[in-house]
Amino acid sequence: MSNLALIIYCGLITFLTRFSMIALLKKEMFNDRIREVLSYVPSAIFPAIIFPAIFLNNSGFIQLDDNPKILASIIAMIIGVFSKNVLATIFSGLFSYWTIIFIF
Amino acid sequence: MSNKSKNFFKGIKDTSPLMIPVVPFGIIFGVLAIDLGLTPLMTIAMSVIIFGGASQIIFLQLFSAGASSFVILSSVGAVNSRHLLYGTVLSEHLSDLNLTWKIIVSYFLVDQAFAVSNNHFKKNKEDKDKYFHLIGGGLNCWTIWQITTIIGIYLGSIIPEKLGLTFAIPLTFLALLVNDFRKFINVIVIIISGSVATLGYQIIPYKAYVIVAAFVGLFVAFILTKFVKKNYE
Repeated sequence: MSNLALIIYCGLITFLTRFSMIALLKKEMFNDRIREVLSYVPSAIFPAIIFPAIFLNNSGFIQLDDNPKILASIIAMIIGVFSKNVLATIFSGLFSYWTIIFIF
Repeated sequence: MSNKSKNFFKGIKDTSPLMIPVVPFGIIFGVLAIDLGLTPLMTIAMSVIIFGGASQIIFLQLFSAGASSFVILSSVGAVNSRHLLYGTVLSEHLSDLNLTWKIIVSYFLVDQAFAVSNNHFKKNKEDKDKYFHLIGGGLNCWTIWQITTIIGIYLGSIIPEKLGLTFAIPLTFLALLVNDFRKFINVIVIIISGSVATLGYQIIPYKAYVIVAAFVGLFVAFILTKFVKKNYE
């Protein structure tokens, strides 16, 4: 398969995962119970992206010692919960991370 | 301003703070692609055709490791399977659109746009032009993604790796969850999903750990919401 063909196929797969449910599901299929469970989708997916990015090292192994990302994330989370502000959360995390790796 | 443009610009405004980490991410992608021997044209083609940060990075990772087309395709599919859930959540609000609009909206259904439009749709159920919010947000992501890919292709090597800008990616998603840290069931779901993904990273094949963790998390939510309700009845 040529590189371009492979890219096009990957693009198609990406598009189909985005499109299929929007195309197939109808409003009438939803009830309050389904809606309630689906409201947990962000809480169920985002941690699966967040946690490995924080706790795993470049080789994909869990690293708890000497890992500045853990403390920086905790600080970002606390700032986030109190400020409810997206930018404050991201920047407090980045600045704590830089403070830890460059100063300490 | 028409109602459509109002929704469109609200979408741009709501996604804008989330674009800050997209900038280094796009640049990193551009740098990596050129490093691994893709041509600038091919790199831009990837950002336009695939338009998904995680898929593109996984593609590069496997491509550079000499993985077969089948492994690359199935891994991209696994990484993208979270979009099935996004589509499921949003379909309720989009089911009245015609096919052309459904296709356009789907192309723009990226993480950041989903997160803000999901909230917007819930608050504006009766507004039939609300889908323009998702198009505005998605187009904002799209523009930033293409520009930063190009910057990465040409200027990327100047940015020091030591800054650890990839850390901005989990921070974005963390920022999207701050309201959920105050709710008991959400916190349980967050901890369980995160732990399954971290522990399963090495064990679950084809990078499917994201969707496996998401389903475990949703199952827990399904059980807990049932249980909590019964307590009140």
